Amino acid sequence: MKINLKIWRQRDSQSKGEFKEYHLDEVSRDMSFLEMLDTLNIKLIKQGENPVEFDHDCREGICGQCGVMINGIAHGPLKNTTTCQLHMRSFNDGDTIYVEPFKAAAFPIVRDLKVNRSALDHIIAAGGYVSVDTGQAPEANSIPVTFEQAESAFDAAACIGCGACVASCKNSSAALFTSAKISHLAQLPQGDKETSTRVISMVNQMDEEGFGHCTNTEACQVECPEDISVLNIARMNYEYNRARVVKK
Amino acid sequence: MTKTIKASIPEGPLAEKWSNYKAKARLVSPNNRKRLEVIVVGTGLAGASAAASLAEMGYNVKSFCFQDSPRRAHSVAAQGGVNAAKNYKNDGDSIYRMFYDTLKGGDFRSREANTYRLAECSANLIDQAVAQGVPFGREYGGYLRNRSFGGVQVSRTFYARGQTGQQLLLGSYQALLRQQHAGKVKLYARHEMLDVVLIEGRARGIIARNLDTGEVERHGAHSVVLATGGFGKIYYLSTLAMGCNASAIWRAHKKGAYMANPSWTQIHPTSLPQSGEHQSKLTLMSESLRNDGRIWVPKDKNETRLPVDIPEEDRDYYLERKYPSFGNLAPRDISSRAAKEQIDQGKGVGPLKNAVYLDFSRAIKEYGQEVIAERYGNLFTMYKKITGIDAYKEPMKISPAAHFSMGGLWVDYELMTSIPGLFAIGEANFSDHGANRLGANSLLQACVDGYFILPYTLQNYLADQIRIENTDINHPAFEESEKQVRTQMQNFLKAKGQKTAEEFHKELGRELYDKCGLLRSKEGLEKAVGNIRKLREEYKFNLLVPGTAGEVNSELEKAGRVSDYMELAELMCIDALHREESCGAHFRAEYQTEEGEAKRDDENFCYSAAWEWTGNPSSPILNKEPLVFETVTPTVRSYK
Repeated sequence: MKINLKIWRQRDSQSKGEFKEYHLDEVSRDMSFLEMLDTLNIKLIKQGENPVEFDHDCREGICGQCGVMINGIAHGPLKNTTTCQLHMRSFNDGDTIYVEPFKAAAFPIVRDLKVNRSALDHIIAAGGYVSVDTGQAPEANSIPVTFEQAESAFDAAACIGCGACVASCKNSSAALFTSAKISHLAQLPQGDKETSTRVISMVNQMDEEGFGHCTNTEACQVECPEDISVLNIARMNYEYNRARVVKK
Repeated sequence: MTKTIKASIPEGPLAEKWSNYKAKARLVSPNNRKRLEVIVVGTGLAGASAAASLAEMGYNVKSFCFQDSPRRAHSVAAQGGVNAAKNYKNDGDSIYRMFYDTLKGGDFRSREANTYRLAECSANLIDQAVAQGVPFGREYGGYLRNRSFGGVQVSRTFYARGQTGQQLLLGSYQALLRQQHAGKVKLYARHEMLDVVLIEGRARGIIARNLDTGEVERHGAHSVVLATGGFGKIYYLSTLAMGCNASAIWRAHKKGAYMANPSWTQIHPTSLPQSGEHQSKLTLMSESLRNDGRIWVPKDKNETRLPVDIPEEDRDYYLERKYPSFGNLAPRDISSRAAKEQIDQGKGVGPLKNAVYLDFSRAIKEYGQEVIAERYGNLFTMYKKITGIDAYKEPMKISPAAHFSMGGLWVDYELMTSIPGLFAIGEANFSDHGANRLGANSLLQACVDGYFILPYTLQNYLADQIRIENTDINHPAFEESEKQVRTQMQNFLKAKGQKTAEEFHKELGRELYDKCGLLRSKEGLEKAVGNIRKLREEYKFNLLVPGTAGEVNSELEKAGRVSDYMELAELMCIDALHREESCGAHFRAEYQTEEGEAKRDDENFCYSAAWEWTGNPSSPILNKEPLVFETVTPTVRSYK
């Protein structure tokens, strides 16, 4: 099929960007969206132009490195799907597709569709862990964790850190990302001892990185490849308030 | 000249070697640890766990990865599980049995002492991961759950849905970032190592390129650890991530580190088949699916009916037929070869006739769709996203794909390469899996190397480095190294030929998969060597790389990786050619039993081949590490 592309091209975070138009004539329905971009890039290189830089790695939907806005939607039209798992059968012959980077103040553009998401790492570094050194662990079965606890913690832990929640949020809030980690660890007996210090420290870091506040539009969950629940945000707010009260 | 090399295996009975080693290994006092610097390249399970553990001990760690965050390293994609000899199921498991399964699974081509140590440390890893908050599958009473994996008859696999690798990696990534927060780890994401720097014969630093700016940087340390994973991506189509590469270990090889058994590649039996020329990678479906899925092909190669319409008597469940005691859970090399046999006979299914069926109808009938969905739901969803097919209603189509490198940098018992001060851990080294790796042992090896082994062995090395000052990055060795790296990049850019690195990679991959893949022969391998040399020559003048070296340039990154593959590919063929036997994943057409199984030659090939770089990729030196079995007697490996 034939596809028209309008792709955001930007040299670096300082330069001005613009949409550029491209046409592809032989796109197969079985191609993934990124394989379609590969095809475009080979064409561009052979024409002596710079290829479109975009982020990707595992192409299995788990590493979280890929992610672009496709027709204004993070990761494109399919629900709970990363960009790499989106296939061209989701589009029609003759479609025009707008492709933009994930935009947020905390995600400076590196080039074209590549953005720097290290702000998310900084949030984890501020407290998204259990403080246990190698060698300190007790026998694994000595602390039972019920099936329901483990499953519920897992639902939060499944976050792949792609940043689609931030890109989808009108406030560029990282509340879903941050709350998923807080919620994952707070629900396990191994992680709940540090919940108070963790939540204060991670929320402060989130603000410092320049992410916006959550105003409960719930757009983040809709676009999340892992369908991480906004109830995690409620839990984060609860734990945050509790930590503030208990502290004082 | 062929040398016989030694792995410095500690004295004593097998079960006591590691304890003996730990009891006598040298230590570094806490005061001295904070003066020592360690570079760890790679942030997968091996790299992140090593970097975090070393930092917790007090060392200053610099951690590098080419991805934009350490959490994205390819360990993240491992699905099925991680093995440990906990014997929670009371089904007869033990350290010895796990050791024996692993050794036998590797067709008696791994180092006994390393394999035993892997099993010995396995239980600790589960404890560590649980303490970090890894949400493993649980029974309703709250205790940990297990399942079975290929090549074994006990249930020793721990799992976190179909995302075990992701959850384990998040555990070690979080441990790593905790140390970054504590100021003990400096993180260099989006940095690619391009050379290792040797001063007076010891590894003292690396040259890395900042992929966001194009800047070439020098980093010094008292020791360098490579945790850069496997190189299955050399086959182009593989289950690996697009960025996975051999460059770090290959450049270390060119500085003097031996490469061991480079041709031993695991071809995974349950990947999704190729659907067309545009394809950039193959997606893996976890081996755990074989717990409940049955593999079959139609008996008639001209079969045209839909799979659900084919009656039982017209199906050939060939694994159950050929290997009744292990059935659908036969080890990976055997399952892949059996699939290839069916496909080669024209019985393959799907539009390109390149797949076999993996059928869940019986399990769904027996347990109900809900139970199957709870066990493998995410895999069924992923299958549907990629193929558009609902596997609850009709069988999946699966096919073999390049997956894991059993070969890698040669390391001794301490995981040190043949370059003093240069260590290799996880899939980047060669040591534990022999000629075939058992499922759910790769996450284990990566973690055990990083959490439990390297912290002892590296310290043993660093004990006599405490008087060495911090490495001077203005040393001529750094200058020389940086110059070489820059010249190579300029040569790629100057060629201005007709073909992109990707196109060269595709050609190389096809050649290698055809002739140095599931089935190898003298004739095929010799042809491959010739073709690879030609392709490598063409690469010099016909490569097309856009842009410059001083900016973001993915094509330049690829050019360097493919250039290394061009040399490594030849070594793989030379290695496969020299080994005139079949063992595990290395199957030579000339050496098979009457039933078509691998025929080992213990008299002549009971060794690991550790290849030494000579400056010419076509004439490496073969060194041999004899495999001495003190405890186990190698037998014919049978799963019948």
